[in-house]
Amino acid sequence: MDLNYTPQELKFRDELRAWLETQLPGPEETRAASKSPDPWVRFNFYRDWQRRLHQGGWTGVHWPKEYGGRGATLMEQVIFIEEMARAQAPQVAGVLGLMLIGPTIVHHGTPEQKQRFLNRILSGEEIWCQGFSEPNAGSDLANLRTEAKDMGDHFLVNGHKVWNSYGWAADWCALVTRTDPEAPKHKGLSYLLVDMKSPGVEVRPLLQITGETEFCEIYFNNVQVPKQNVLGRINDGWNVAISTLMHERATLGADMRIVFARQLNRLVELTRKISRGGKPLYDDPLVRQKIGQAYTEIELLRLNQMRSVSRIAQTGAPGPEGSILKICWSELNQRFQQAAQEILGLYGQLEHGKHAIDDGAWSYGFLRARGNTIEAGTSEIQRNIIGHFVLGLPKSY
Amino acid sequence: MQFDLNETQLMLKKGAREFFAAECPMHDVRRIMATDTSFDDKLWKKIADQGWTGITFDEAYGGAGLGLVELAVLMEEMGRALVPGPYLSTVLLAGNAISLAGSEEQKQKYLTRICSGTARASLAVVEAEGVWSLASLKMKATPVEGGCKLKGAKLFVTDAGVADFFVVAAKAREGLVLAVVDARARGVKLAPMPALDQTRKYYEVSFNNVTGEVLATGEAARAALERTIDLATAALTAEMAGGMQRVLDITVQYAKTRKQFNTPIGQFQAVQHQCADMLVFTESSRSAAYYAAYAIEENTPDARLAVSAAKTYASEAYRETGNRGIQVHGGMGFTWENDLHLYYRRAKACETMFGDAAFHRDRIARELVAPVKTAAPVSAEPEAVHA
Repeated sequence: MDLNYTPQELKFRDELRAWLETQLPGPEETRAASKSPDPWVRFNFYRDWQRRLHQGGWTGVHWPKEYGGRGATLMEQVIFIEEMARAQAPQVAGVLGLMLIGPTIVHHGTPEQKQRFLNRILSGEEIWCQGFSEPNAGSDLANLRTEAKDMGDHFLVNGHKVWNSYGWAADWCALVTRTDPEAPKHKGLSYLLVDMKSPGVEVRPLLQITGETEFCEIYFNNVQVPKQNVLGRINDGWNVAISTLMHERATLGADMRIVFARQLNRLVELTRKISRGGKPLYDDPLVRQKIGQAYTEIELLRLNQMRSVSRIAQTGAPGPEGSILKICWSELNQRFQQAAQEILGLYGQLEHGKHAIDDGAWSYGFLRARGNTIEAGTSEIQRNIIGHFVLGLPKSY
Repeated sequence: MQFDLNETQLMLKKGAREFFAAECPMHDVRRIMATDTSFDDKLWKKIADQGWTGITFDEAYGGAGLGLVELAVLMEEMGRALVPGPYLSTVLLAGNAISLAGSEEQKQKYLTRICSGTARASLAVVEAEGVWSLASLKMKATPVEGGCKLKGAKLFVTDAGVADFFVVAAKAREGLVLAVVDARARGVKLAPMPALDQTRKYYEVSFNNVTGEVLATGEAARAALERTIDLATAALTAEMAGGMQRVLDITVQYAKTRKQFNTPIGQFQAVQHQCADMLVFTESSRSAAYYAAYAIEENTPDARLAVSAAKTYASEAYRETGNRGIQVHGGMGFTWENDLHLYYRRAKACETMFGDAAFHRDRIARELVAPVKTAAPVSAEPEAVHA
């Protein structure tokens, strides 16, 4: 066991820190842009930031060098995510392309597909969304019905996808469709790369409980997709899609931990500043219990993540253990946000105005956390995965 | 960065698992725990022959000179096998207290006997308030020729029934005193405190004007005792993770074979999700235990926080793992014959030892509010944890 970074890891981190030192937008600029009511102002700001990262060679750090990445190890990838979160760097616009779809194209794509798509994902020139879930295919993803009919030189796509993050801004969609309705449900799927400007694609933003429109629903009405845009083999789309989901779970929590740690630091600071009954909140043993519990859970997330990354580094591939991390970070955040609400009392619910603590960040955090146990695979699905794939219990569905 | 066991540690783990499976199977655990002192001389000698009674102590005293992560690995396996007897009392508590507070001569005198397996010992700290807190100490030590005189009662002293000597914490004018007392000295009286965990028995030990040999006083004694308890707490959380793993294994095995409605009950999500939670509890406790051992060993700035985070989590996780395990077993889980309750009893003892979850949450919060520190690690590397 050695928890110190290797010289190579330190070099990677220091290079990144030095770059961020000169290139990171100022905190005021970032705050103003990310608070803009116009989603396009936010989005363009994030896209500009991705361009700048790309020019510095800092997009797709975990992609192989031959495809424009840095060939970073998994540990370096985690360092990258953590350093970005630590510096409070803006999001990048093309996060799905960089984290999920790009690596899937690297793994399954033809030389032509790699040539056509990869560099534009890195630079942010083209933004991607995922077309996986449907109104009747959520946790039971393989039950999806969006149909892609073989028309000789192209597929004709008809169907309805939902929960597509950044669908409103996307240029391309990684779309899982049914190409063989006769085959068992996992075996008749194909993974298509669909141009969102194709005739027949209609995007409708969905308003979320936070008031944001991060995700959308997408309708496909007689959309023509050329044959060369199948990723992987026809009717092997399930395996292609699963490799993407594994990537999603292996690293998704890495930046969350930093965000939680920063929020906890802030909460501790608030318990020193806010007084009740003439004493700082901190004098209340119940408040201290909540702080101690939040620290414990955030620290446990860090340690589980470090152990998991070490294990993946040894075995080479993300495995079902990612489900443990997903459960940890999503459920701890809900408990943590609730604890923060209890500590802040009446003030916790304020969204705006001069009395709102941290400009409403805590009421937003409370609502947003509800989505954590649903997005990227519900807690129930994660427990099914652990039960079957880790513990070897019979499949329940 | 590599947060995982190295080759040597993995070999130790494998060796310990095989050793305890052969030398201390569950029927022996039951036999030994049914004795007055839950002690088996032959097993103790075999453990000592492995070098484990001196695992972390200096080779000058017959120890093996290994690190705390190695100790954690061994404790994990002992917890898994539910090994009964005075290992924690002798090695983790008395042994470390002497190793940290004793003079060269005292270490030659006492620690060598612990390392060789010829002496057992325990640590007497807790008093009538029933808390592992130095602030609660009341027992007085008065200086006398050749040491100090002790008067008063200590409670929750583990394995006192087989101890050859005690390390006693008491108060003197110069602050804390740590003193060694021969268990057979006149004025030392033992009374069992029967409790849930029968594998590690508690005693009241009263000292009626007994002379103790002073190990350390004042700041040195306080620092040694605090480090002893932190170190023992870290090792205990590893023992807890090992116990959880065994409860999980037993339960998953049962869920695969027990059928209702013509189906293995492990196929039902209500059961499967209980098992999944047990895995999350177990793996998280293991991560925390290894890190706590590492942090203490390396004296990282967050070492005390690491110990408290591990104990906060494992205290509740071990109990909860037991709750789920018994529930999945249904009526079978409530029988004496099933082994689960033995782990459940151990879980309760571990939960309350060295401070429960609430105690450690408060310790974390107090540490965080100290104005020079920030609350939580913002980077993976230990040196920057509180940057």
